[in-house]
Amino acid sequence: MGKTTIPEEELMHPGHIACLGCGGGLAMRYMLKALGRRTIVSVPACCWAIMHGKHPSFALDVPLVNTAFEVTGASISGIRAALDAKGIKDVNVVGFAGDGGTVDIGIQALSGAVERNTDIFYVMYDNEAYMNTGIQRSGATPEGAWTTTTPVGTTGDWKKGPKKNMVEIMVAHDIPYTATVNVAFPEDFVKKIAKGKDIVGPKFYHAFAPCPTGWRHPPEHMVKIAKMAVDSNLFPLFEVEKGKYRITRKPKKKIPVKDYLRLQGRFRHLPEDVIEKIQRGADRNWELLLRKEEFTADF
Amino acid sequence: MVKKVITGNYSLAYGCKLCRAEVVAAYPITPQTTVVEKLAEFVANNEMDTQYVKVESEHSAMAACISASLAGARTFTATSAHGLTLMHEVLIWASGSRTPIVMGNINRAMAPPWSVWADHLDSVAQRDTGWMQIYAETNQEVLDSIIQAYKISEDHDVLLPSMIMEDAFFLSHTTEAVDIPEQADVDAFLPPYDPPEKLDVDDPKGFCSLVMPDWYMEFRYLMYEAWNKAKKVIYDVVEEFEQKFGRNHGALLDNYRCDDADVVLIAAGTSAATAREVVDEYREQGKKVGLARMRFFRPFPADELRSLAKEVDSIGVLDRSFTFAHGGAFYTEVAGALYNSPSKPMLKNYIAGLGGRDITPATLRGLYDELLQMKENGPGQEIEWVDLKDGAPHGEVP
Repeated sequence: MGKTTIPEEELMHPGHIACLGCGGGLAMRYMLKALGRRTIVSVPACCWAIMHGKHPSFALDVPLVNTAFEVTGASISGIRAALDAKGIKDVNVVGFAGDGGTVDIGIQALSGAVERNTDIFYVMYDNEAYMNTGIQRSGATPEGAWTTTTPVGTTGDWKKGPKKNMVEIMVAHDIPYTATVNVAFPEDFVKKIAKGKDIVGPKFYHAFAPCPTGWRHPPEHMVKIAKMAVDSNLFPLFEVEKGKYRITRKPKKKIPVKDYLRLQGRFRHLPEDVIEKIQRGADRNWELLLRKEEFTADF
Repeated sequence: MVKKVITGNYSLAYGCKLCRAEVVAAYPITPQTTVVEKLAEFVANNEMDTQYVKVESEHSAMAACISASLAGARTFTATSAHGLTLMHEVLIWASGSRTPIVMGNINRAMAPPWSVWADHLDSVAQRDTGWMQIYAETNQEVLDSIIQAYKISEDHDVLLPSMIMEDAFFLSHTTEAVDIPEQADVDAFLPPYDPPEKLDVDDPKGFCSLVMPDWYMEFRYLMYEAWNKAKKVIYDVVEEFEQKFGRNHGALLDNYRCDDADVVLIAAGTSAATAREVVDEYREQGKKVGLARMRFFRPFPADELRSLAKEVDSIGVLDRSFTFAHGGAFYTEVAGALYNSPSKPMLKNYIAGLGGRDITPATLRGLYDELLQMKENGPGQEIEWVDLKDGAPHGEVP
């Protein structure tokens, strides 16, 4: 077995109450490995609001504050301000929020926090729906997906239109560092988070985190499905540093999106023409990303 | 000590500066804007060592204050009306997380119809959020109340947030001579904030975590106990403040010439200042009237009201807001406190001064005249809207 570069120290312990095969659980684990003990985490309403344990249990070895749903950006601004007031400079401040808490109800507070150039990490663990409340669609739910509020029914009422592109929304704020990470690629995940420690200002991470419960697949397929999201170019791994795009994994053999979709019950209803549309979207976005990388190569 | 002629809003800013708030997070709203502007000026001129987070909404202002306070910093914000009501969710979060935040609120009417003038509904509507509420009568009281509020809120027996109210324009934009205490005296009175628990990487804990039904009630009961302890802390702080600074604005209920009064009017904010003048005028004429100023609406001065009820025949309660209950909020709560009291004076509710309408000496004379006749005539209409235009409430509003 090869040696990994991932720190061995565990800051997330047994006793957490994540579902079997939870991608969000791994996202927290890798993030804490990368950042270490001198880290304060703020978590809004989301799966992680309960995953660290109910009072008096607590599964993490870092201080954590639970906050209201829409305030993560404001909460981490407050923590950073308090640390600055006390002259504490060597503590990482992290907002760790779900996709709905980020792209929907929390987008205003996040936009404010990054516009103020606050020195924070923000990790959106994206399981592509409101999972803690029971699989309702969010602005990050992909086209074609079944959720309990896009129930397909007899009329083909699945999620229509693409998911919000949160990475580009952050890039448009001209922040120093934005990256995609994926729980199936822990070395890349840890490396990108650790890189943020040397960057002053807001760091935004879009973390792909499958949810077997909501995506309707067996827990043991979680990492496989997460990997296929990258290999199908539906979720490319890249980073944007001061406007410069760099793709951190270019799949040697691209797989069709159909292979990714058919492993998940949430896409089982999709007719061929919609699958083809999703394929065209993935191809187009990948081409666009390649050109952005090329276009910004000299930055 | 320096005497400055300043507005109520500047009193808030000077109070915040004197208390050495370490984190300020605020968002502008009329008529609060000169508070955030003055604080920005203090910071820009290096007169105040604070982290000033210029947030994108009042909701974020309060959320930032909560997290900053949990990280151990003394925090301040100021707002008004729609800003305060936007905060509603996080106001409850602030008290539940036991953060001793201090906030200035400029009492302004809620829209629609749009209005920027004095009215207490914004803060009265927050009465169940677990915040202490002080309604100031003068600019001096605004400044002094901030210093008192930090001391009360940060007491380890209390650990609850406080909001200090000032009436829009009547205080916020009106200048008065205000004694600005010496920094050294405030420092001696108010030591740095020393939280019993905080977000600390060397002692990692989870804050505000999920509790099951077997513990939730106990967390709330701890807050109830803190409320009860807060009343004693308030009396102690008010007394200590007087010893140090020579001023006493009253504790929970600020009674004025109530000792041998037959009738008393209960009021809050600047209308109490007008009532004070009318009381003096009537006392000179031998009429036994008094004023009980609701300085703290939270914690509610139930014991103080029961003591007052023993001495008087009739009480009028002036509400500068209407809450669509059986009368205004002050009235229903006063009535509730007196229901099990052995002494039950006659009660009447006056709804007056909404949306910044003046509450004049003439208006208050009319209320006192009615209260003086009430023992013989009865309360008449129990809930009366004062000084409505001719034809209203049945007439058409243009």
